[in-house]
Amino acid sequence: MSEALLSLRDLRVGFAGEDGRLQAVDGVSLDLAPGEVLAIVGESGCGKSVTAQTIVGLTRSPNARIEGSVKLRGEELLSKSEAELQKVRGGEIAMVFQDPMTSFNPVYRIGAQIIEAIRAHDGEVGKQEARTRAVELLASVGIADAERRVDDYPHEFSGGMRQRAMIAMALALEPSVLIADEPTTALDVTIQAQILRLLEDLNRERGLATILITHDLGVVAEVADRVAVMYAGRVVELGTLDELFYDPQHPYTWGLLGSLSRIDQPRPRRLPQISGVPPSLLAPPEGCAFRPRCPHAFGKCTELPPLEGRREEAPEHLDRCWLSPTEKAAKREVEGRIGLEAPAR
Amino acid sequence: MARFVLRRLAGMVLVLFAISVIVFVIFNVIPNSDPAQRMAGKEATPQLVAAITEEWGFDEPLPVQYLKTMKLVFSGELVSYSSGLDVDEQILEGMPATLSLAIGAALIWMFFGIVFGYLSAVRAGGLTDRALTILAVIGISMPVFWLAAIFLYYLTYKVELFPASGYVPLTENPLDWAYHLVLPWVTVAILYVGLYSRVLRSNMLDSMDAEHVRTARAKGLGERQVMRRHVLRNSLIPTVTLFGLDFGAAVGGSALLTETIFSLHGVGQYAIESTLGLDLPPIMGVTLYAAFFIVFFNALVDIAYAYLDPRIRLGSSAR
Amino acid sequence: MSRGPASLAWRRLRGNHVALAAAAVFILIVAFVLAAPLWSSGVADTGPNATHTVEKVEVDGKQREVVSPNGTPIGPLWFGAGGKFFLGADGRLGRDEMVRLMYGGRTSLLIGILAGLLATVLATVAALLAGFYRGWVDAVISRCLDLAWSFPVLLLGIALGAALAVGGLQVGPIEISSGSILLPILIIGTVFTPYVARPLRGEVLALREREFVEAATAQGAGPLRLMLSELLPNLWSTIIVFFTLVVANSMLLEASLSFVGVGVQPPNSSWGAMISSGFKLLYTTPLLTVLPGLMILLTVLSLNIFGDALRDALDPRSRVRLEVEAHTGRYEPGSEVA
Repeated sequence: MSEALLSLRDLRVGFAGEDGRLQAVDGVSLDLAPGEVLAIVGESGCGKSVTAQTIVGLTRSPNARIEGSVKLRGEELLSKSEAELQKVRGGEIAMVFQDPMTSFNPVYRIGAQIIEAIRAHDGEVGKQEARTRAVELLASVGIADAERRVDDYPHEFSGGMRQRAMIAMALALEPSVLIADEPTTALDVTIQAQILRLLEDLNRERGLATILITHDLGVVAEVADRVAVMYAGRVVELGTLDELFYDPQHPYTWGLLGSLSRIDQPRPRRLPQISGVPPSLLAPPEGCAFRPRCPHAFGKCTELPPLEGRREEAPEHLDRCWLSPTEKAAKREVEGRIGLEAPAR
Repeated sequence: MARFVLRRLAGMVLVLFAISVIVFVIFNVIPNSDPAQRMAGKEATPQLVAAITEEWGFDEPLPVQYLKTMKLVFSGELVSYSSGLDVDEQILEGMPATLSLAIGAALIWMFFGIVFGYLSAVRAGGLTDRALTILAVIGISMPVFWLAAIFLYYLTYKVELFPASGYVPLTENPLDWAYHLVLPWVTVAILYVGLYSRVLRSNMLDSMDAEHVRTARAKGLGERQVMRRHVLRNSLIPTVTLFGLDFGAAVGGSALLTETIFSLHGVGQYAIESTLGLDLPPIMGVTLYAAFFIVFFNALVDIAYAYLDPRIRLGSSAR
Repeated sequence: MSRGPASLAWRRLRGNHVALAAAAVFILIVAFVLAAPLWSSGVADTGPNATHTVEKVEVDGKQREVVSPNGTPIGPLWFGAGGKFFLGADGRLGRDEMVRLMYGGRTSLLIGILAGLLATVLATVAALLAGFYRGWVDAVISRCLDLAWSFPVLLLGIALGAALAVGGLQVGPIEISSGSILLPILIIGTVFTPYVARPLRGEVLALREREFVEAATAQGAGPLRLMLSELLPNLWSTIIVFFTLVVANSMLLEASLSFVGVGVQPPNSSWGAMISSGFKLLYTTPLLTVLPGLMILLTVLSLNIFGDALRDALDPRSRVRLEVEAHTGRYEPGSEVA
């Protein structure tokens, strides 16, 4: 897709550790169109954060092996030097992390850290000019009394405000892509909603393409245009928001949806869970990684299903499951709602 | 903040008081011998011993003796049992040498300690790191006085590169002053360079994994900048606080063996001589002197730390 | 595939060649000093305190004086006299330096290890009590620890040494004579206790808040059981690392005390005491000063290196080690090099 802003193709990231080789990301292909919000969902350890950090080269290290392709507007990022990548970081692709308290340096003022970001990219910018910009940025993310608060230290901000400040810092250089890695996980539920609203506004008003990483489907439902579901280092389903919530094609997605408690549905007798645990990335199962936990697994599942669209009516809705579309539609109904029944064992 | 300072100062006073009691106990209660006997010497007659006991008040109850000693400390009239010299004067005479040694060594050890520690940390795992680490560990594994002796033999005798002993006051001849202090400075500094480079390296490596460092990289800062502004800066705080303690001890005469071997006649050397002679008044004097500086710098460092870390300085006012 | 922390640590240690070398050096030194009686009776045919001022020894067929008329001792003979005076004589008294080095080492190592043990045990007890009970118990213990930190270590050691050297120790029924090596052990062990107790106390305080302590309490465990069965097992790795470091520092402190004269007393000898007596002949026979110091350096160095490696091996945060391994290309068997 030549219009894609950011394009990942068969990205693989492996780490060599004491116990062996750990394949954190195992063949991830994604596209991010300009102005769209793509959510990446999955449990802890599924490789979503590593994928995000690899885009801007933050996972490069002597014991990491990175293969595949990451292209920004057609330019390959994986082969860029560290110096070239530094220009991309913040300037083109900005990141916001989970815990704003530890993500800011506690001994410097918030304003100083924003100014640092600005001046790192453009040494010509004067201190006064940078400071004015910092104040503007803080105001633009909804921080009241920005003129005064720009000189405060991180610990003097509340959790929600700190995350807004992080977002402000990320926007300082007007990037085209914002990657938000679990931006609301460390926040109270009420604050979560505010931050999500902020991200949504930024996306709408500035056309800021956003990758939103989360384990929380509720968050996804708020802001995403398209959703990628990841499991054990692979994308197992990729589609629009509606497609995913109303017509999911992968058993893992059914499990995720089934474990959501929903106001508009009758309460199930027991809150369903996906039984079993995610596989060890040191020794993943052969074929489909979800096979050991999937009640619908059958013979063919020992062969890894490719990520592809399997229905004419929804060619862009991709999944990694050998079941036929008819089987999928039938098997995903459990007790009147979408879910994953327990394996027969 | 002000309350914090006051509390530390009050704590200081208490500690000094406790130390004075401990010193008194160590030298009056522990030795199984009579101080009058020791003063009188080997050829003493019973009458001499009795006279001394009477004159110095050794027969009075211990608390009384303690109070008397402390009164002398505060009035500045503490006098040595063996030499009759005024303790205050002796300490003042020795201070320039001790201070010169402490300050010079401190400058050397901080400079090299920080440079080596920084280099080790940024090139962790590489050849530089391993070489520097081995050197550092050797530095902290040597008996300091032995190193002094080695220097003495090889650099003042075998090859007459440096003077063997003596202290030349700064005011008298700066060049000579430094010349006489080079070997003592290096002797003291080697141990601390080893220690500080390892401490800084360890702090920096811990810092390098920190989340705010990841954020700094993510916003496009160059590696050098990340190291200097986000890793080093945060790692220097604990290093500097440690320095305060060691420097305080050094000013108080902790380099006593080095002083003795190079005959600098500083406070430390005075401390050894009086301790070996079981001469209580000077011991009390120098110990309180040393303890005062240690405790003072300890408090200073706590206050500086509270100041440097904005979380403590400004109080956790927000959530 | 889960491995316990102990076996993981062991695996890491095994791969650390420098640490293994250090351990080997330390073991060699221990063997060296343990061989003292063998060498003394079998090779040198003399004891550590036996003087040979006016004697002669046969070297390559010629008779040479052990101590020359102007007081200069004979230099290292290596095996020229069948191993006698292997490293020469130690001054006017004409004692065999090699034999003295071996016997002196026994004392140095013994004091270092026992003092280290004492400090570690006392510190563990203090840390457990202070960290577990908190409140006023902690306040009292912490004040005492703070006090000790404010005392210049060396000065405290010398002060105690001097005070005790005169008439020994008499506490109630316990009497220790002034020449006994128990004195330096007690002094050094007590002096170092606060330095180990403080960090241990910090760990106990942190551990105390963890859920497994709450869980055990809910099961009705009393303080003693909590301290011994829940807290202590988690402290082992820290304790072991500190132990090696305290032994190293104890040896250094003993050397300083003996050098000044308030540590090991004659007829006992230690490497530190040997430096002291060698110092008097520094300009004529520097070897007598260099040798014992070198032994101390090697022993303490190997302990420090091994202690460091131990700490790295027991510490789950292994980023630096990964980098080191990455540079040297060594990984666990079965994985590929990145």
